[in-house]
Amino acid sequence: MIGESATRSGPFAHTANTVQRTMFMVLLALTPATLFNLYLFGWPAILLFAVTVGACVVAEAACLVLAGKPVSATLSDGSAILTGWLLAMTLPPWAPWWIGVLGAMFAMPLAKHAFGGLGQNLFNPAMVARVALLVSFPVVMTAWVAPHPLFTTGSPTLNEAMTITFAGETPDGVTAATALGYVKTELSRGVPVSESLQVYGRSSVLTYAPDLMDLATGFKPGSLGETSAGLILLGGIFLLWRRVITWHIPVMMIGTLFVMGTLFNAFDPTRFAPGFFHILSGSAILGAFFIATDYVTSPVTHKGQLVFGFGVGLLTWVIRTFAGYPEGMAFAVLLMNSLTPIIDQYTRPRMFGRTRKGDPLPVEGQQ
Amino acid sequence: MKLFPIRGGIHPQYRKELTGDCAIEALPLPSRLYIPLQQHIGVPAEVLVREGDLVSKGQVIARRQGPVSVNQHAPTSGRVAAVTEISAPHPSGLHQPTIVIEPDGADAWGTLAEPIADPFAVDAQTIEARVAECGIVGMGGAGFPSAVKLNLGIRHRIETLLINGAECEPYLTCDDRVMREHADEVIDGARIMAHALGAPKIVVAIEENKPQALAIMTAAAQAHTNMEVVAVPTKYPMGSERHLTLAITGRETPARKLTADLGVVVHNVATARAVHHAVRHGHPLVARVVTVSGQALRTPKNVEAPIGATVSDLIAFCGGFAQRPERLVQGGPMMGALLPGTDVPVVKSTSGILALTAAEINDRPADPCVRCGSCVAICACGLVPVEIAAHIRHDDLDGAARLGLMDCVSCGSCSWVCPSHIPLVHYFNYAKGALNAQERERRKSERTKTLVEARAARVERLAAQRAANLTRKPKAAVGADEVGA
Amino acid sequence: MLLAVGSLTAIGLGLGGLLGIAGRLLAVEENPLEAELQALLPGSQCGQCGFVGCAQAAAALARGEAAVTLCPPGGKAVAEQLAKRLGVRVDLSAHTKRVPAYAQIVEELCIGCTRCLKECSVDGIVGANKLMHTVVSEVCHGCGKCAAVCPTHAIRMIEIPDTLATWHWPKPDAAALSRSRRSHIESGMTPA
Repeated sequence: MIGESATRSGPFAHTANTVQRTMFMVLLALTPATLFNLYLFGWPAILLFAVTVGACVVAEAACLVLAGKPVSATLSDGSAILTGWLLAMTLPPWAPWWIGVLGAMFAMPLAKHAFGGLGQNLFNPAMVARVALLVSFPVVMTAWVAPHPLFTTGSPTLNEAMTITFAGETPDGVTAATALGYVKTELSRGVPVSESLQVYGRSSVLTYAPDLMDLATGFKPGSLGETSAGLILLGGIFLLWRRVITWHIPVMMIGTLFVMGTLFNAFDPTRFAPGFFHILSGSAILGAFFIATDYVTSPVTHKGQLVFGFGVGLLTWVIRTFAGYPEGMAFAVLLMNSLTPIIDQYTRPRMFGRTRKGDPLPVEGQQ
Repeated sequence: MKLFPIRGGIHPQYRKELTGDCAIEALPLPSRLYIPLQQHIGVPAEVLVREGDLVSKGQVIARRQGPVSVNQHAPTSGRVAAVTEISAPHPSGLHQPTIVIEPDGADAWGTLAEPIADPFAVDAQTIEARVAECGIVGMGGAGFPSAVKLNLGIRHRIETLLINGAECEPYLTCDDRVMREHADEVIDGARIMAHALGAPKIVVAIEENKPQALAIMTAAAQAHTNMEVVAVPTKYPMGSERHLTLAITGRETPARKLTADLGVVVHNVATARAVHHAVRHGHPLVARVVTVSGQALRTPKNVEAPIGATVSDLIAFCGGFAQRPERLVQGGPMMGALLPGTDVPVVKSTSGILALTAAEINDRPADPCVRCGSCVAICACGLVPVEIAAHIRHDDLDGAARLGLMDCVSCGSCSWVCPSHIPLVHYFNYAKGALNAQERERRKSERTKTLVEARAARVERLAAQRAANLTRKPKAAVGADEVGA
Repeated sequence: MLLAVGSLTAIGLGLGGLLGIAGRLLAVEENPLEAELQALLPGSQCGQCGFVGCAQAAAALARGEAAVTLCPPGGKAVAEQLAKRLGVRVDLSAHTKRVPAYAQIVEELCIGCTRCLKECSVDGIVGANKLMHTVVSEVCHGCGKCAAVCPTHAIRMIEIPDTLATWHWPKPDAAALSRSRRSHIESGMTPA
């Protein structure tokens, strides 16, 4: 069988890392924050979460069957679960079930499989879904609630939760605004940012500590991914430690957001929110560590990742400050996703033995 | 000495403990030795013997053809059993002309070249001629004729002879053992080569995972002020010529150029030892140390084997297989090649024979690329493997070449690190081969065109001559009449 | 409303008219494509493609009347280049089966008639009347014209074999990669 051996070239050793392992690590990193926040928001959140993830998996399976690709092999890489999970993290926790299902329809067939499946999509599927939902159903997608932790008074029972999620009947008087939303609405009413932050946080302008604690630990309205920035940050640091992601995108994004916030706040505190507020509110931390770092849609080179992170941070700040929507992370990520191919083209590393332009290095001093 | 970092690189599981502490054992003479006519980069040697001839150990049995070619010698005394075509130790399994020798058991050296008493008193040409006569090639795995490399001292000013004791491939410990057991021979060979190159400085680079070799070589080099033994960081591919040069000198070899253009020539430790034997004792290259390892093997060892012993001889010497190997590899696992079978011979560039289990190889079917960027982060040559592989997959070989494909040293780090287990370096090897084949076909096409045009011109010329002859004849007849009249 | 319709119609007519005038005035006369395609072909006028010469084959290709795989001596390389220039997608995976060949004269059958000598497109046959003829294999490009005219069928077309110098890795087969791997070792692999 002499010719047969020619089919396989080396190397004959491989790293133990696989795509599945990576996905699993990311899910593991998300688990503490998710569990805590599911506890915070009670049964409706749990139901919506299950529906969203389940719908994503079913949608992916359906696309694979239609495309004639192997189903179980592809599903087992965990990317559908991850997309569903991340999407659920950005939805209002008490949203009706059809938001989750529609989101899955946007994410899997449209944003992922229409492009060719894993590794081929240009835009982050979870963010495409979120943005599509936000644009199509703005009222439902901005109906935030305050935390109603499980097993406390006021938290819906499972039966009540079924009504909320599957019949779409949100009880009266539970909607509340997120920090970003509140600040923006007040600003449009003419209330300075510094004042609304005070009111919202019920503390003085100068001592943000309680504010930050609230924002960091999560007892405030928001989506599952917004509320406890601290746990999400822990998950992100876990990913950095296990070398699943590198520091370039998260640091650049958070850094840019923080710097823009601080600079402009110093310039005019009545109109611009401070840096810490920006990085701890909304899904900035989730976006920095879990969404913007998505392998498929971010640049492959470290230099490119720095540019990408900078762009996401800058656009998030711009949209939050000047645009109509209170939260800009999803749009920022999508806009930078569209720039990823060109960033890749211009941030290629310098080849060994060549100049940046590609010509061979000069041989100086030798004959 | 100040060292410089190399970009990227990986840290595979080295598994050198399988043979690291095994002293070199000599293989007992097998019943047949197979010496291929080509064990090197360049032109095959021309066979000098016939079936039935008696040969002595060290006798030249095939002569080099031109400068980029190498002599082959009989590894032991005996009779030429056949001159035939057998499988080459090459993944294609293609046949090549091979001399088969049946040892007579006496293992008697024939007439050898005179030992050179003081190599430092003779000129460089003498040493190069001796190295060429003794059939020495680069024993780190490349197999480039060493005499040609020693000639680089003519056209370039060589500052440093860099002796490559890095041995960055997993499993391989042959160079490690040679340094530990024959340090003086290596040092002497290095000094002789430096003299031939005219290089004032010698640096021996050894990876940090070989502390005993470092200690022994440092002690052996103590006496010589122009020699320095340096510990380089353990990283794959530190042993690559260009990267080792970068680590030691801080300068990148320009693309398409040699390290000699930077004043550095790199030689393997085993090559240095072979030069010592050739110059001091007149012994041609007829044996080498091979690491026979892998978890499928019963007793991994470092074996000093005569050139031409078959892989099955070495495996039998190591106790045979403990379990059925998933793959049989020649060289290291990263850049080594699959063996087409066990009936192929050990040649001058065989540094290792590995019987690997599936667990060691850890291969799996390829998943789609997820653009994780790991391949970009670890590429020691600053390339973007994910992009190049995408171009090759779509048959855009010229696009791949523009992205730097021909600068790739095929170290295999990208394939190793890919979480989707995409065979990146296989794509690159295919593309390089395909581009070379296209270039050959293009040149052939051009030559054909030239010949066709030449032929067309010749035919036209003939036709014109014939037409001119026809018009001239009647005139001549008229002239004769006139003259006659 | 009438104004809107009228103005848009006028703009459309105006711009369309400009395009038409430009199409006439700035039209490209000859087809440079033919010359380019001819440069890609081997140029030995062997006729294996069915056309008289390479120029005619190029003209047919430019008109789209010939397949890019028409040239046997050009092999896969030429077919790929033609496909790229014409922007045609062609499946050349089967093309690799077509191994280039060279001519070899069977000496026992050769009668020294010199017919092949005169026919060879690159003057690649050595010999003379009533003397043995031999093909210079380095210049032979396998057009087959000599084999066609030999009266005693003394010329064989031999496949050029792969040697260690010309072998290269095949393209990784995506389908084979995702099948389960199998051990390739044959005899002698049983544990001792």
